[in-house]
Amino acid sequence: MNPERIQDLFDLLGQVTGYIYPNEIEIHWSILVVVYPYVTGLVAGAFILASLVKVFKVKEVEPTYRLALLTALAFLLVAPLPLLLHLSQPMRSFEIFLTPNLTSAMAMFGFVYAWYLMAVLLLELWFEYRRDLVVLGKESTFPMSWIYRALSLFSTDVSDRAVAFDLKAIRMITIIGIPSAFLLHGYVGFIFGSVKANPWWSSVLMPIVFLMSAIVSGIALVVFLYMVLTSIRNQPIDMRCLDTIVSYLFYAVIVDFSLEALDFIHRLYQSEESVKILGTLITNKLFMSLFVLQILLGMIIPLGILVVARSRTFNDDMRKLLYFTSVILIQVGIFSTRWNVVIGGQLFSKSFRGLMAYKMEVMGIEGLLAALALLILPFVILTVFIRLLPTERMEDHVARTA
Amino acid sequence: MNKRQFLKGLILFFPAGGLTGVLASPVRGKETSGADKGTEASGAKTTQPQSTGAYDPERHNYGMGIEIDKCIGCSRCVEACKAENNVPQEPFFFRTWIERYVITKDREVTVESINVKSRGTRELAQDDREILRSFFVPKLCNQCAHPPCVQVCPVGATFSTKDGVVLVDANRCIGCRYCVQACPYAARYLHPETKTADKCTFCYHRVVKGLLPACVEVCPTQARVFGDLKSKASRLVRLMRMNKIHVLKPSLNTDPKVYYAQLDGEVR
Repeated sequence: MNPERIQDLFDLLGQVTGYIYPNEIEIHWSILVVVYPYVTGLVAGAFILASLVKVFKVKEVEPTYRLALLTALAFLLVAPLPLLLHLSQPMRSFEIFLTPNLTSAMAMFGFVYAWYLMAVLLLELWFEYRRDLVVLGKESTFPMSWIYRALSLFSTDVSDRAVAFDLKAIRMITIIGIPSAFLLHGYVGFIFGSVKANPWWSSVLMPIVFLMSAIVSGIALVVFLYMVLTSIRNQPIDMRCLDTIVSYLFYAVIVDFSLEALDFIHRLYQSEESVKILGTLITNKLFMSLFVLQILLGMIIPLGILVVARSRTFNDDMRKLLYFTSVILIQVGIFSTRWNVVIGGQLFSKSFRGLMAYKMEVMGIEGLLAALALLILPFVILTVFIRLLPTERMEDHVARTA
Repeated sequence: MNKRQFLKGLILFFPAGGLTGVLASPVRGKETSGADKGTEASGAKTTQPQSTGAYDPERHNYGMGIEIDKCIGCSRCVEACKAENNVPQEPFFFRTWIERYVITKDREVTVESINVKSRGTRELAQDDREILRSFFVPKLCNQCAHPPCVQVCPVGATFSTKDGVVLVDANRCIGCRYCVQACPYAARYLHPETKTADKCTFCYHRVVKGLLPACVEVCPTQARVFGDLKSKASRLVRLMRMNKIHVLKPSLNTDPKVYYAQLDGEVR
């Protein structure tokens, strides 16, 4: 056994306050398990934003439609990696697909993931891009022409009838996709919410809170990417689009905030057996990440900024600045939310008599660098996607430049 | 009787004896079902599994009784368990451990695990006159009849046997540690060598051979009582009949099969 790890555990033993069961000294779900719900949340949120265009016909949001879908795909491709790296027997991960235990929420991961990737996201993207891919396949030179043709699955029909069918298919897929996105992230919340042994997790609100915070983080991410992308490309930002998205973001933050407040008040008012230790937990171990990062920086300040930005008439540049600041703060807040759930839930003893400590590795496979790499990777993938695939419909682009 | 008659009789005698034995065997099985595994009364090393057939798990449902007042906190059970089951010696990995409770007259409760020498251990000894009550509580996997760990295991690596023991298949466990999170008793840990979840098995390898779990075997005060809930003659059933019994965290509806006699309400 790794002697360094043993030494770490001895060090952590010195930081224990009160009584913990002896097996509890090791924190089993590390930073990678924080990254996982954060990333899937971004997927679900970005997809919900995209579906505003197709299902709810919010035309203003159209300029971010493709970007949102590509973002969802880039992050979805990375989503299983933190889980895989976290397994202590990663070579056996395929067993989740081969011999799933049907009573396990986690065993459903494979199916929910495969469904969402194959039946929703890839299919919707294909129908959305099919026409453009055919055109690009004809216009580009080798080898790109072949790549585009392969991506279009060698379809050639760009007649009006075919394109109309594409649009119809997209609408159908999006209608299936919204509950699927809810499922994808609601189920992640269920994994935590259904653990009755852990009073910090065990809450029927957990899937809903996860979902709302997912929508918040996903929308905020797409806003961030849209602003960065237009500035890199030196294009003007469609302020009507931005204002509309931000107003959705604003309401999503309010709902999310209310749900979390409800959860908090409910726990406090019910005041169950665990309330004392949870009280010590949040004032002691989670003070910084919960009160400062999640609630103050991640919620109250961005909400305040958005209220100011919406109630006063600022010029475009000022609004952009305010929006940009708030979406970054919101990301910090949502990441802290995930941290507080995953790590926070493992910092108190199930004997309700003591608190443990978590020491994050820096190098190791479950360390900070691995987590950062996994958070950067989706942006790399997204860059490749954006290089390869236009983020606005080609005819729109032609019309606008003309 | 001449030699010929004797040999004739012998030829008939053996098959007939065998036939009678076959016909009688189910009855005999029934009669001994309770006590067969040698897990009862003086039990221990005596009875072997029935010579006629293999071990039948459906005829058993194992549990453990713990008499708090008999535990002297010697930790021999913990040592025996570690030796028997290849549990790492470091004080972060336990299939069973002993907790020491000290309750003072003003109702202050101090708990420590006597197998973990952490900061403050032993320094907490109060003035004797202030102590209202002090006792040891052996802890182990509760072998729940309704186990949350089995429910959540994504690949079915942890499972309940027909004789009521929760086991982990170390060749199948993927090390996701959802079971560790789901166990309300913190009875599970990740084995640092196999990198799979590990926990008390009631020494299943011994029990199916008619032996007692290692911890029960070595307990000098018989504070731990192992037995078969399906056998009315078992020591465990007797213990449960003679004492007021409590289980840990009953509100979680896990139906634990480790039964505590003389348990204080402070114990969680």
